Amino acid sequence: MDFLGSELLAIAPVLSVTILSLLVLVVESLVTDSEKISYWVSVFGLLICGAISISTLDLTGNVFNHMVNVGGYGSLFATLFTTAALLTVVLSRDYLRKEHVSFGEFYLLILFSTVGMMLMAAAADLIIIFLGLELMSICLYVLAGFMRKRSISNEAALKYFLLGAFATGFLLFGIALLYGAAGTTNISYIVENYGKLAASPLFWVGLGLLMVGFAFKVGGVPFHMWIPDVYQGSPTTVSGFMATGAKAAAFSAFILVFAHQEFESGEKVHTALAFIAAASMIVGNIVAISQSNVKRMLAYSSIAHAGYMLAGLAAGNQLGRTGILFYLVTYTFMNIGAFGVLSVLEREEEKNLTFDDYAGLGTKRPFLAALMSIFMLSLAGIPPFAGFFGKYYVFVAAINAHLTWLVIVGVLTSVISVYYYLRLVMMMYFQESELQFTQPSSVSSLAVLTIAALAVVEIGVFPSSILSLINNLY
Amino acid sequence: MLETYIPIGIMIFFGVTFGVVMSKASEWFGPKNPTETKLSTYESGMEPVRSAHERVSVKYYMVAMLFIIFDIEVVFLYPWAVNFRQLGTFGLVEMVIFIAILMLGYLYLWKKGALRWD
Repeated sequence: MDFLGSELLAIAPVLSVTILSLLVLVVESLVTDSEKISYWVSVFGLLICGAISISTLDLTGNVFNHMVNVGGYGSLFATLFTTAALLTVVLSRDYLRKEHVSFGEFYLLILFSTVGMMLMAAAADLIIIFLGLELMSICLYVLAGFMRKRSISNEAALKYFLLGAFATGFLLFGIALLYGAAGTTNISYIVENYGKLAASPLFWVGLGLLMVGFAFKVGGVPFHMWIPDVYQGSPTTVSGFMATGAKAAAFSAFILVFAHQEFESGEKVHTALAFIAAASMIVGNIVAISQSNVKRMLAYSSIAHAGYMLAGLAAGNQLGRTGILFYLVTYTFMNIGAFGVLSVLEREEEKNLTFDDYAGLGTKRPFLAALMSIFMLSLAGIPPFAGFFGKYYVFVAAINAHLTWLVIVGVLTSVISVYYYLRLVMMMYFQESELQFTQPSSVSSLAVLTIAALAVVEIGVFPSSILSLINNLY
Repeated sequence: MLETYIPIGIMIFFGVTFGVVMSKASEWFGPKNPTETKLSTYESGMEPVRSAHERVSVKYYMVAMLFIIFDIEVVFLYPWAVNFRQLGTFGLVEMVIFIAILMLGYLYLWKKGALRWD
């Protein structure tokens, strides 16, 4: 009993969000007009869960027979996921009301998928990664189709579900083959015995399939096909959550399995990752240029950003891992911010989503336009915003790993990306239009967007605060 | 390494051959005497009404899903019940947590009217 208690305490971050989700479930079943109460329970609960996650940062070790890692890496990600969930929940309330789909189940699904994400980041075993991934994905499939009367939302959910289930098949088959090669699904055992296992073709096929599964979830080319349609069709705040939380969760598992010094001698793994990274940067950035829908543009940009982060993974060194974690933290704030501004301005029936609709926003809604400009400049990687340092650390890591060609591709495509990010800024400030943005936006949404923008600026000006936090993990 | 798979290969071969030969043999050698009654759909002796390719109310799927959830719960309960003495308090607490979580889900679908047929 004692032993169980201490183990349960050790996974307090995951446990707290689980309890919170169950609490919201009870609220949903027992209270009439539950949406309001669910919202407040979720908001305050997530604040507490975030605090619990932060307090477990210093713990180390693993529990439940080497199944779950405690503290450190997992807790950092847990904090990130609770933050992303909190921002999404607050932004969603107005959006859902506007779209006439305000059900409390929305918050419930966000919370459950957060539990899945946290499990993925804390996993010490491939089976736990799979468990977390499924918990996260199933909730996201439902969230993608949350506006069930809108056909584009249904399309997004169906596409995401079918392709996601297919990719999960790859992942699971990869785990099965790795189990066949190594005799265990324990990640650290597999990494330590890399030299012995590398002789077996079974190991390489398994690792390859695992890479396909993860690359699908992070949206790396050529496994990116689902991203534009799903992000465009899903409720805007859910797209933001998928682009940050779900991507960060997939990356956390990706790093757990692939970012190891032991693999460096193999070269194969890192070459494959480098090519996926290069393809993602090129396809994402070039296709984004031709988009007229801002939501779709952000979807392609999220493919490109997955490419930048994969460059850090391809480097396979200490700096690369630090770079990806830093990138993920900054990306969470700037991307949820960008999708948040979209959700505030969006009107029923997918109005106000094209570049042309943003014309003249700078004079009509100066505050929102300023926030959007910060997010766009940060996404483009212009200093002093946080996006610049994210790219910087990832590229330096790649240079240290002698992947200079990859960095050249990365820098060239970032230059391309400046075009479409700044096109939106130019639209807002240098174009006139007769369109009106009359509907006022709520204080809570604006407050959350301001916090995200402040975080982007703060991390950009003082990157060392986050960096030292990340460096303490290793 | 591949030699060890030979018995499995032989078994698959015989399994498939046996199945195909048996079903095809009865089709080829058996007497055929089709009448209208024989060709009609079997509905437990009742007169068949309408086609079988119809839309089915979503309520049936609901019941099927609920059945699977509680079915799997029982699957988990059996090994626990068998090993109850060895697992002791630890097992009891784990199982109570498991059932409690499941019951919360049950409460939700009950209150949301998933069990109501009309």
